[in-house]
Amino acid sequence: MRPILLQGHERSLTQIKFNPEGDLLFSCSKDHVINVWFTHNGERLGTYDGHNGTVWSIDVDSQSRFLVSGSADNTLRLWSVQTGKCLYKWEFPTAVKRVAFSDDDEQIVCVTEQRMGYQGAIRVFNINRDGDGSNQSKEPASFFNPIGSKAVVCAFAQSPNLLITGHESGKIAIFDAKTGEEVQNNERAHMDVVTDLQLSPDRSYFITSSKDKTARIHDTRTLMVIKTYSTETPLNSAAIAPLKPYVLLGGGQDAMSVTTTSLRQGKFETRFWHKIFEEEVGRVKGHFGPINTIAVSPRGDCYASGGEDGFVRVHHFDESYFRAKPYGDLEIED
Amino acid sequence: MAPAPNGVGPHVNGFDEEDIDYSDIDAKYQVQYEEGLDNVVVVDGVPVIDKSKVEKLLAKIAKEFSKKGSHVKTDDMFIPWDEKTGKSKGFLFLDFKTAEDAAFAIAAMHGHPFDSKHRFYLNRFTDIERYSNLDETYHEPEPEPYTQKEHLRAWLGDPQGRDQYVTYRGDEVEIHWHGKPSQCETAFSKTNWTDLYVQWSPLGTYLASLHRPGVRLWGGNSWAHQQRFAHPLVRLLDFSPNENYLVTWSHDAIVVPEGAQQGPQFFSPEDEGNNIAVWDVKTGNLLRTFPSSYPEQEEQGAAGAGKKPQMPWPTMKWSPDDKYVARVTPGQQISVYELPSMGLVDKKSIKIEGVVDFEWCPLGDKDRDDEAKAAAGAKGRKPRQNILTYWTPESSDQNQPARVTVMEFPSRQILRQKNLFSVTECKLYWQNQGDFLCVQVDRHTKTKKSIFCNLEIFRVREKDFPVEVVELKDTVVNFSWEPKGERFAIVSSSDPNLGNPAPGITIKTDVSFYAHDRTKGNFRLLRTLPARTSNTIRWSPKGRHVVLATVGSTSKSELEFWDMDFNHDDYGKGPTGKEEWGSGIQYLGAADHYAVTDAEWDPSGRYMATSASAWRHTIENGYAIWDFKGTELQKNILDRFKQFLWRPRPRTLLTKEQQRQIRKSLKEYSRQFEEEDAAEESNVSAELIAQRKRLVDEWNAWRIRCRDEGPKRKGKENGKKEEEKEEIEVWIDEVIEQIEEEVVE
Repeated sequence: MRPILLQGHERSLTQIKFNPEGDLLFSCSKDHVINVWFTHNGERLGTYDGHNGTVWSIDVDSQSRFLVSGSADNTLRLWSVQTGKCLYKWEFPTAVKRVAFSDDDEQIVCVTEQRMGYQGAIRVFNINRDGDGSNQSKEPASFFNPIGSKAVVCAFAQSPNLLITGHESGKIAIFDAKTGEEVQNNERAHMDVVTDLQLSPDRSYFITSSKDKTARIHDTRTLMVIKTYSTETPLNSAAIAPLKPYVLLGGGQDAMSVTTTSLRQGKFETRFWHKIFEEEVGRVKGHFGPINTIAVSPRGDCYASGGEDGFVRVHHFDESYFRAKPYGDLEIED
Repeated sequence: MAPAPNGVGPHVNGFDEEDIDYSDIDAKYQVQYEEGLDNVVVVDGVPVIDKSKVEKLLAKIAKEFSKKGSHVKTDDMFIPWDEKTGKSKGFLFLDFKTAEDAAFAIAAMHGHPFDSKHRFYLNRFTDIERYSNLDETYHEPEPEPYTQKEHLRAWLGDPQGRDQYVTYRGDEVEIHWHGKPSQCETAFSKTNWTDLYVQWSPLGTYLASLHRPGVRLWGGNSWAHQQRFAHPLVRLLDFSPNENYLVTWSHDAIVVPEGAQQGPQFFSPEDEGNNIAVWDVKTGNLLRTFPSSYPEQEEQGAAGAGKKPQMPWPTMKWSPDDKYVARVTPGQQISVYELPSMGLVDKKSIKIEGVVDFEWCPLGDKDRDDEAKAAAGAKGRKPRQNILTYWTPESSDQNQPARVTVMEFPSRQILRQKNLFSVTECKLYWQNQGDFLCVQVDRHTKTKKSIFCNLEIFRVREKDFPVEVVELKDTVVNFSWEPKGERFAIVSSSDPNLGNPAPGITIKTDVSFYAHDRTKGNFRLLRTLPARTSNTIRWSPKGRHVVLATVGSTSKSELEFWDMDFNHDDYGKGPTGKEEWGSGIQYLGAADHYAVTDAEWDPSGRYMATSASAWRHTIENGYAIWDFKGTELQKNILDRFKQFLWRPRPRTLLTKEQQRQIRKSLKEYSRQFEEEDAAEESNVSAELIAQRKRLVDEWNAWRIRCRDEGPKRKGKENGKKEEEKEEIEVWIDEVIEQIEEEVVE
């Protein structure tokens, strides 16, 4: 099927996210606006206005009730998905680079930038879900500064109070959310900055992408590398497809050198790799610039990619995608 | 000569870390032991005088020394006297403040002519001491036990007949086998094997690696170290055609530091200031060194247009039989040296006014056979003499035309000369069997504005070397003879952008094929392929197949595969003349290797390898291997990929008769091969399926393990949720009961 082109942003995309049902798609970009779209037809449902800087990261809770966003205007905001109202605003000394909800929707984690004499910090907030949600505590439930290379991506792990972080040096680590203690790490998970981190549905493994041109699947408990996907271009995002044994990788030449490279050199394609055999199965073209973020619908029926070119492309999988068995009859556990 | 103190140690293997080298420890120890005498120098060759002249002599000597920058006082000189005659003994001792001053004096004054009869010879006192104390009795040297060496050509005995290639990526050098898909494997790999690049010897026996201290050769099945050549900061190397000798070049002039190792394998002070060294491959001995022949031009270029004229490499050109090596002194002469003595042949160079460049005529297979026969004492044709060709440009002041000369060597007899007019540049191309010589003459019109091209083709095997001219209107960018054939291909261009390359502009070219028409005895155009972008011609080493490539362009990177004898099955028959002229040319296929920088055929002429090297650009580096039809067999995109080289093969050992036999029974062989292929194919797919099954099983096992372990820790969470749900159920129950009560009332 032809992809749906979502033309609602004026600048490059920073993150896109499906809600758990997969009917809504949230996107944020450097143009300060967060959009929400109907996945099935690409119609824009609304916007979340208020940020005064690049919106770096968003996340939506499992009930599609609250949306959380982090921005370069040094604020972390909680929104009502339904009304588009900003419910609460936390302010920090530096930009917010990454946000994520916990499994039970009770907590959010945010990573703030290391800049202007401030250390990079990870904060966890408890979310008060009573009432309309505007009654939130200003103080974080926990707050710590990871030592060493700064954290760039972050998510809640399988078990409560554990955070997985990806670092600028390529390190992957697990922190105790309460004490800020580094429980476990893999210093050499990647050779360059980690650009994305997405968990499997049951949070028992996760995929990371990196500028070192590889994406890797890690075990959440041991941080052991389970699979490696080596491409020939720096990667900005990696996602795990439910139902089918594929992972989706996106990236391309660095944004700063894009103008000097032609379309084919840039490799601005979404790559499908077989999750288990570590073989590339296909590519989807379309973007004019590097792909910054990829998300697969939790129902596994479509995926979306957001690019440096300012477009979001939503691809619904064809019938044949579900029927095809390119590797024969092999039962693969999810 | 002042021997270095540590030169007497055992053979020093400075490269190998495993062999611990005790000699420098010895040397260190020695120095400490003899401390205090290192600053004493013995000067030989001092005039014999009587006591009355002492003052005068010492003053004179002191003056001579200070002229060279070595300051000595007359007080520090001691002259021993012969008590009987009352005269001096003809030598004196010099006391220096430090050992360094002494070393400097030795370097400066050794061999200094004092007057017409006397010449100074300086030695360290400690050296004289040591040599005079040498044990004079002869000890039989212990014969080294014979160790079997690995066969250097073992790779040729591969039962599957595979070829090898070397790749250099990042710091890693790998040797691969290349055959059928299932037979491709890595034969050997090593990190940091080389500092600059690697190179095969022309017959594939050795792999050369370049390091800061020099060149090393490797070979055999285990890739053991075979030989080394200590040429510091070596940059370029060139083997002689039969791998007997090696030429190395370094941009930095040779410096022999004080105390450097001495011996036949090392530079001596006489070699200082030179850049080129010639070595014997088998013994590792240094034969001779030369200065770079183009130093002045280089400086000019750097100061002038900013365009550095490239040093032509190889500068030392080898005759095909390894007997001679020659180099040109531009404008003056060609110097030919005889191997292995490296002496100038007949003690004089060939003086040629204005000479620019020269080439040796290669030896054909027939010539080599003749030579082998002659060497075996059998009667036959006389083996061919070596032939040199060179060209000289026009000189207006002497009113002399440009000239191409064919000369026999060592008789120095001129076989053929041809005068040419309005010449800008000549290039000499020999066909690899030495049958034809093509001189590509770039000519200018009278205004000197536009350039056009003539090809002067010498038919060397025929009597009196008939020359024929092919005139072209365009500029010839590239010329290439078909190996062992009578055809050649040219890339010509009339593109106005030619000559001023700009980024992003791909120059339009035409590719033309010419062949020798036997019935008429001249060269005729076979076919022209117009409007291409190809700039590179790669003939298969066996002839017949040719690949046209667009190399080094950012926008185009096409490869075209052509067959020149599509109507024949057999190799090497050539056109019989019955068919229509040029009808055998067939386009086989096209391919695209993005940003390709190099293209090379394997030695068997079955496969083509293309690579994109990180030395040129950093886009999509890697290599690909194609078959002669242009089907991609392998493609590896590897960042930091630098070099791809097929391992050359030596000339076949099979006789003509044996080759013919094989060709006859080709069908028999091909049936056999096909059976093998079929068997293997089923094998491979079975293996692949098994491998996939294994991977899936591993994954599934891990997932099940995760699931089993997961709920334990999730137990609490789930418990909480269940409790909540129960509460809700209770609440619903209550409502239903209430409704029922209302109904009852």
